Amino acid sequence: MTPAESGPADPDTVAAARSLTRRFGHHVALDAVDLDVRAGEFLTIFGPNGAGKTTLLRTLATLLRPTSGSISLFGIDPRREPEWIRSRLGLIAHSGLLYGGMSARDNLIFYGRMYSVPDPAGRAARLLTAVGLQDRTADLVRTYSRGMLQRLGIARALMHEPELVLLDEPYTGLDQHAARMLRGLLGTLSGEGRTVIMVTHQLEEGLEISSRLMIMARGRIEHDAPAAGMTRASLERLYHDVVDGAAA
Amino acid sequence: MNPPPAVTPAGAAAPAATPDSQAAHAARADHHAARRARGPDMGVRAELARAALVAAKDLRIEMRSLDNVPAMFFFALLVLVILSFGFDFSTAKFSDVGAGVLWVAFVFPAVLSFGHAFALERDGECLSGLRLTPADAGTLYLGKLAANIVFMLAMEAAILPLSAVLFGYDLAPVLAPLAFVIAVHSVGFCAVGTLFGAMTARTRRGDVLLPILLFSVSVPLMLAAVRTTSAVLNGGGLWDGLTKTWLVMTCLFDLVFTTAAWLSFQYLLEE
Repeated sequence: MTPAESGPADPDTVAAARSLTRRFGHHVALDAVDLDVRAGEFLTIFGPNGAGKTTLLRTLATLLRPTSGSISLFGIDPRREPEWIRSRLGLIAHSGLLYGGMSARDNLIFYGRMYSVPDPAGRAARLLTAVGLQDRTADLVRTYSRGMLQRLGIARALMHEPELVLLDEPYTGLDQHAARMLRGLLGTLSGEGRTVIMVTHQLEEGLEISSRLMIMARGRIEHDAPAAGMTRASLERLYHDVVDGAAA
Repeated sequence: MNPPPAVTPAGAAAPAATPDSQAAHAARADHHAARRARGPDMGVRAELARAALVAAKDLRIEMRSLDNVPAMFFFALLVLVILSFGFDFSTAKFSDVGAGVLWVAFVFPAVLSFGHAFALERDGECLSGLRLTPADAGTLYLGKLAANIVFMLAMEAAILPLSAVLFGYDLAPVLAPLAFVIAVHSVGFCAVGTLFGAMTARTRRGDVLLPILLFSVSVPLMLAAVRTTSAVLNGGGLWDGLTKTWLVMTCLFDLVFTTAAWLSFQYLLEE
């Protein structure tokens, strides 16, 4: 039995994958990925387009079923207790997973109620303030800019106080102000001890805040190391060595 | 820039940031155990409440946007007007052909609604957002079904009196049994339509596939709908002879199809 199948042995391991493979037709998006993420870690996964980062994240989020291999979240196979698992993870995706025909506040309250959050209106108000949208709470989401949508998507993902936060290219389309606010929010999440897994192809983001870095290419994790001591220049060199090496 | 406010409410126990000490390890184990013991609300009542939330959300969006029901209404009205030109009611009685006329006017616009229900979820990847909640997939189906039933019944409630005006028949004496027959068959039609709406939402040419699948599977239901409606328009009782048999069959169809769709919905949503 693999560690991912063996149940809640180590409470420090929040997410684990063993030989995780996902194919789309003949295309292998994830190729026998092994992964262990411990509680409180801020893991950033870098990789070029098509490396399998989003597929890995969506599989961990239980949105995609693995073709083979296994995952465990909080020590449990998500197929066994999907509701419990989903109540503990939050996904910040490319799109905000928000209803354009509803206001920001109504979106958050709706999701809060779906997660049985106590006082969803109060929680929504606090989060809207945290993401700097307190002046646009009643506006329809379809009137929001890309950056505002991303911030609201973050608020949505945090409505139920997830212990594991998954971020898929959160900086895409953000202006400088919104990117700075997002960095602050991620710092807050990290400071609160939440486990964060962020995937991005932007090397300049995530380095300062991450406790661990991975580089993916061609569906495999090619590099996995602590972020401490890594500089922007050394990361860039390493990234190109790894990605070019995987392509060769 | 000031640091953003903490996203954890005051008093909430967050896991410790550093996992090194044994105390932190034990605290985290306790934290997980406590949250796991609390768990999400997963009882039948909680699931029904979530289904009601999904339905209420769809109704709220519709009330704001008026994208769906007015389009269904005008489509149904156009069908009625076109059909009114197609029959010579100086020689034919409405009760002879009215059942077919009414159901054609009801079901074609309803297809628009089934497609729209999941287009709403496809925009902004909201279906993924719903799937990430602790709600059971069957709960999401029941919520979408409830909203579709409300939309279809609203359209039918508006169209029925207009059909009486357009075709000159006396609606009042048959209104109660006719409303019952329409409601029972509409539930079955929505049960099938909601399922196939979800199935075709993520497929190429889903808009073409949806009516083909829907009308293929709904043939027995439509047959029952036309037969029972015809009987009621001709002054027959609901529990007379064959009408009763058709109604019992329809109720069984509603029950079996809703249950099967509820149970199988998670396989439809999986990627």
